[in-house]
Amino acid sequence: MATRGFTGRRPPEATRERLPPGQYLTEDFPVLQLGPTPRIDLATWRFTLRDGAKPLKSWSWEAFEALPRTTWQGDIHCVTKWSKFDTAWEGVTVDDILADAGVAAPTEFALAEGYDDYTTNVPVADLRGGRAMVATRYAGAPIPPDHGGPARLLVPHLYFWKSAKWVNGLRFTKKDEAGFWELRGYHMYGDPWREQRFTGD
Amino acid sequence: MTERAALRWQEAEIAAIEPVTGRVRSFRFRVDFAERFRPGQHVDVRLTAPDGYQAQRSYSIASAPDASGTIELMIEHLDEGEVSGFFASVAEVGDRIELRGPIGGSFVWTGRDAGPLLLVGGGSGVVPLLAMLRHRDAAAPDVRALLLYSARTRSEMIAREELEARARDEPGFTLMLALTREPGGRRIDRARIDAALGALGAPAHAFVCGSNPFVSAASDLLLDAGVPPGVIRTERFGG
Ligand SMILES: Cc1cc2nc3c(=O)[nH]c(=O)nc-3n(C[C@H](O)[C@H](O)[C@H](O)COP(=O)(O)OP(=O)(O)OC[C@H]3O[C@@H](n4cnc5c(N)ncnc54)[C@H](O)[C@@H]3O)c2cc1C
Repeated sequence: MATRGFTGRRPPEATRERLPPGQYLTEDFPVLQLGPTPRIDLATWRFTLRDGAKPLKSWSWEAFEALPRTTWQGDIHCVTKWSKFDTAWEGVTVDDILADAGVAAPTEFALAEGYDDYTTNVPVADLRGGRAMVATRYAGAPIPPDHGGPARLLVPHLYFWKSAKWVNGLRFTKKDEAGFWELRGYHMYGDPWREQRFTGD
Repeated sequence: MTERAALRWQEAEIAAIEPVTGRVRSFRFRVDFAERFRPGQHVDVRLTAPDGYQAQRSYSIASAPDASGTIELMIEHLDEGEVSGFFASVAEVGDRIELRGPIGGSFVWTGRDAGPLLLVGGGSGVVPLLAMLRHRDAAAPDVRALLLYSARTRSEMIAREELEARARDEPGFTLMLALTREPGGRRIDRARIDAALGALGAPAHAFVCGSNPFVSAASDLLLDAGVPPGVIRTERFGG
């Protein structure tokens, strides 16, 4: 159904091809989070890999920064409708984290956990094969706290709520367990190209 | 609270339009969920051009859940705004607009959540806080509440008369203004936050809504003033 009188301000063709349905391009970097930005001290920062409740390995900031580093450049898409093109991140891929821990992913599902008690679920297949990293730098500088620094998950092929800010761990789970937003009606998987914003999309 | 039912698009008729300020208009939409949403939630609106091009934006619900069969949205006209411009100058009563909701399960307050309730809004960020205040009046008038509202000028305040009447008539509700572009006006600063916390006491829930920079600044001030992070919920409109 066309909306009476709406013509729209169409972006150029090259932009439209890169925009998933319902998204618009922004030059800013808006912020989405459910509460205030937590205050995190690098001296006590830790990242912990867990199989259920059992810790597999834990890294201090120094140890984490010493892991092999990977850069990624590309587009990110937020469920609140903005997309941002050509963002540049640097961090440690989940593959390299697992390799350093000397383990294979013990299950097919994972929950990313944050310092603000946020959680979000991602299938392990979407974290492996260079598709996800724990990022510690954005545009060549440490990630600002409002954008999830010191470290955030980056799963850029899914809506950005899956890229948990202030991440402090990955927990492997036997089943696909809903995280914070997924319990509140957001989609379990969240593919922007299939516009999976909410349950049932 | 688990909400796992599918959200479907519905064609909602515009039942009424009223001016709110020079740049904000109020829209009443007929929807099937007017009685079952929680104050603080929003809807997604989708406009479609004749060639199929679509634009989607989010708008907070300003009304409290009730039996009217309608919800109220308040949309501020932004310069060059693709969707807000349509609502400012094209939309008319009787138009049918696609929307879906209610959306959002974190930035919500129901009468069952205890108080005191601290609300901090900047500009159009007051809209979901207005829904909470309207609901408080209807469902939980004993909960103490304080709204710290930052607007540029008195005439740009959304629902000014309603808020002033509530502050006058409703025991337990306090309105504090920070009018940034009035003579002698100032932004929300630590002294204003301390004054608000002094008047209200330690909040059980604090909701902060507005533009990105406003929400970052206000929630940092609340943390500095000792409000625990778990008490604070934020909603950012963009900008
Ligand atoms: C959860 C949520 C609830 C919201 N509730 C409301 C509401 O109750 N009332 C309301 O009026 N708006 C609300 N918004 C903002 C709304 O969704 C749109 O972003 C806004 O109407 C602008 O859309 P547009 O198409 O008119 O502007 P665009 O065409 O997208 O942008 C036009 C210009 O305005 C800038 N801009 C875009 N959005 C904003 C913004 N929010 N603040 C400042 N500058 C901006 C852009 O950078 C651009 O320069 C809400 C947003 C969210 C995420």
